[in-house]
Amino acid sequence: MNKIWIIFKREYLTRVKKKSFLILTILTPLLFAGIMFVPGYLATRESQEEHKVAVCDRSAIFLGELKDSKSTCFYFIPEDEFNNIKENLKTNEYYALLDIPQNVLNSKRVIVYSHKQVNLDVKNHIDRQIERLLEDKQRAELVERVGIPDLEEQLQATKTNISVETFKMGDDGVGKKGSTEIAMGVGYAAGFLIYMFVFIYGSMVMRGVTEEKQNRIVEVIISSAKPVQLMMGKIIGLAAVGLTQFLIWIILVGGIILGAQSMVSTEDSSQTLENQSVMMTDNPVAAQVMDNMDADNIEQLLEKFLEILEGIDFTQIIVFFLIYFLLGYLLYSSLMAAVASAVDSEEDMNQFMLPITVPLIGAIIILANVIKNPEGSLAFWASHIPFTSPIIMMVRIPFGVPWYEILISISILAASTFGAIWMAAKIYRTGILMYGKKPSWKELGKWLSYRN
Amino acid sequence: MDFFNIKNVSKSYSGHQALTDVSIDIKKGQVFGLLGPNGAGKTTLIRIINQITAPDSGSVFFDGKPLKADDIYRIGYLPEERGLYKKMKVGEQSLYLAQLKGLSRRDALRKLKYWFEKFEIQGWWDKKLMELSKGMQQKVQFICTVLHEPQLLIFDEPFSGFDPINANLLKQEILNLRENGATIIFSTHNMSSVEEICDHVALINKSRKILDGNIFDVKEKYKTNTFDVVYKGSFVKLENALGANIQILQHNETDRVNELTVRHLNGGSHNDLLMAIAANAEVLSYTEQIPSMNEVFIRVVNENN
Repeated sequence: MNKIWIIFKREYLTRVKKKSFLILTILTPLLFAGIMFVPGYLATRESQEEHKVAVCDRSAIFLGELKDSKSTCFYFIPEDEFNNIKENLKTNEYYALLDIPQNVLNSKRVIVYSHKQVNLDVKNHIDRQIERLLEDKQRAELVERVGIPDLEEQLQATKTNISVETFKMGDDGVGKKGSTEIAMGVGYAAGFLIYMFVFIYGSMVMRGVTEEKQNRIVEVIISSAKPVQLMMGKIIGLAAVGLTQFLIWIILVGGIILGAQSMVSTEDSSQTLENQSVMMTDNPVAAQVMDNMDADNIEQLLEKFLEILEGIDFTQIIVFFLIYFLLGYLLYSSLMAAVASAVDSEEDMNQFMLPITVPLIGAIIILANVIKNPEGSLAFWASHIPFTSPIIMMVRIPFGVPWYEILISISILAASTFGAIWMAAKIYRTGILMYGKKPSWKELGKWLSYRN
Repeated sequence: MDFFNIKNVSKSYSGHQALTDVSIDIKKGQVFGLLGPNGAGKTTLIRIINQITAPDSGSVFFDGKPLKADDIYRIGYLPEERGLYKKMKVGEQSLYLAQLKGLSRRDALRKLKYWFEKFEIQGWWDKKLMELSKGMQQKVQFICTVLHEPQLLIFDEPFSGFDPINANLLKQEILNLRENGATIIFSTHNMSSVEEICDHVALINKSRKILDGNIFDVKEKYKTNTFDVVYKGSFVKLENALGANIQILQHNETDRVNELTVRHLNGGSHNDLLMAIAANAEVLSYTEQIPSMNEVFIRVVNENN
């Protein structure tokens, strides 16, 4: 036990003391925020680029009626210029040529010519404009034909916009204001974080084992400690590094949320805005809320957002996050350590790593499906199968999962993890001293039964 | 009383027989040479002594008692393929390895200070290992091997990678350790260093021990009764005088002296040969050819193959 502690200390301290650890810990959330916001920012900029669309209106319904958008401008052209423009789309100023046939009211069909495939913005804008005008025109005709007074106004009045407010009923019968979007955001963030942690720290274990094997230091160490002690010391040490990083993030985000709360009470809207943007960098949930937000009442929304955040049981989420992270990480990293111990070269490593990483990546792929339907059978099974459960169960938990399901899922995962560590230890102690030849899966199986 | 015994040890890896019924006895204070061609099973034997792996059958005794887990604190091992953490600082690294060998941090620091001063490498403490040359890294590793003052030391090719000056320094250190009571197992292919520092050798070939004994006895056993004689006088006369029992292997005449290499067949006594020569020529020098360990090694292994 003492040996594991000494090895643990080395693995932990050499990594945490590095400057790059602190820098990466702080930069990673910023980087993620960047990944989320830069495409959006670029998208708003791009849409301001103007696309000129020439319109040849043979039906004579639309002249002057088509409205320009930020990205699309309509220019009506005489019919006799049609062929000229159509043939020279590559060189002339027009991005596209819209051909509206004479019988558009019946055929409901227009044609767009362009040199490059027209982008979605322009296509959608043309679609909406023409639909709107045709609908208006037909409705106006209908209103006139049936002759009911105020029909137009009455039709307008039937338009309805409903707001669905959700409350989650606790076991104590008290309802808490909930939000599907927020639950999705939290679930997604938690699932993705687990995926990321398992992947990053699992790979670190793998690289550590490879380093020791290639350096040949392993022979020195295992003449002082048992191979299984070296493996466990390394795995646990790196788990502690991961938890340290997680803790730093919790403190950062917690600090920012607290800051946001105090800002709301000072009612300084400019500061709130600033705060909001800081918060978004650290909290993907905030990003979701941002999307639905009207810039005018940010402050009001922020208050609402904080209220909803209070409705989420963060203690529960953090506790389960830690359990699933630790178990999932132990499961995967022990397998990765076993593989890394068995092979010498990078190429062989990739071949053996593939079957281990497939379920992990698979979990991320089905995550999108699970988040839409957290009660479905895919969600149920994926949150019980040990290779996907750390990620998928974390996605489900913010929506509320019966405690016995969580218990079963954790038990299965814990048992599998225990088995994986046992297997890994057996493979590791043989593999770590084998050099020169690439083992087959069959041989790895044989190592399991070696006595020593 | 033997300090370390290996009794009838066998070990096989998936179909490959690494050791077959090997027995070795090592006395306290000995420098024991463990010899053998590549792949003979030496590393497996060393790993069994280090408890890195366990024998399939047979037993190992340390100081008269069966080898137990705690004995690793009494053993120091310098493997042939050696390495340390490249990016870790020399001092931290040495402390880490010392603590794994059961030293407290304070003891480790004190002893490291002694050795670093002795090798005059105090300045390396805060350097990363990869900043040092290969020879320097070996020195650090040597210190890590002996730091916990083990009673049994195992050196596998300790001189590889050292320049002659440092190799000599290391040899002195190894002999010092023996003076201070350590028992040493020394595995190498460098036979001249075996002759310099070993008291006793065992030779393993194809998983079996084929030779074992005091280094002088071994050489004695493999000598061929061949003598180099330098004399003054007529070769023809000498040649006629030596009987059929003495075979002339080589003859060389110079202006002043003649040289002769002869083999005494059928194991007659030295004096018979010497007198036969002395009666016919003036003997200037007379030396028996003692085989070098190198010759013994080659001969024994070839005969065994």
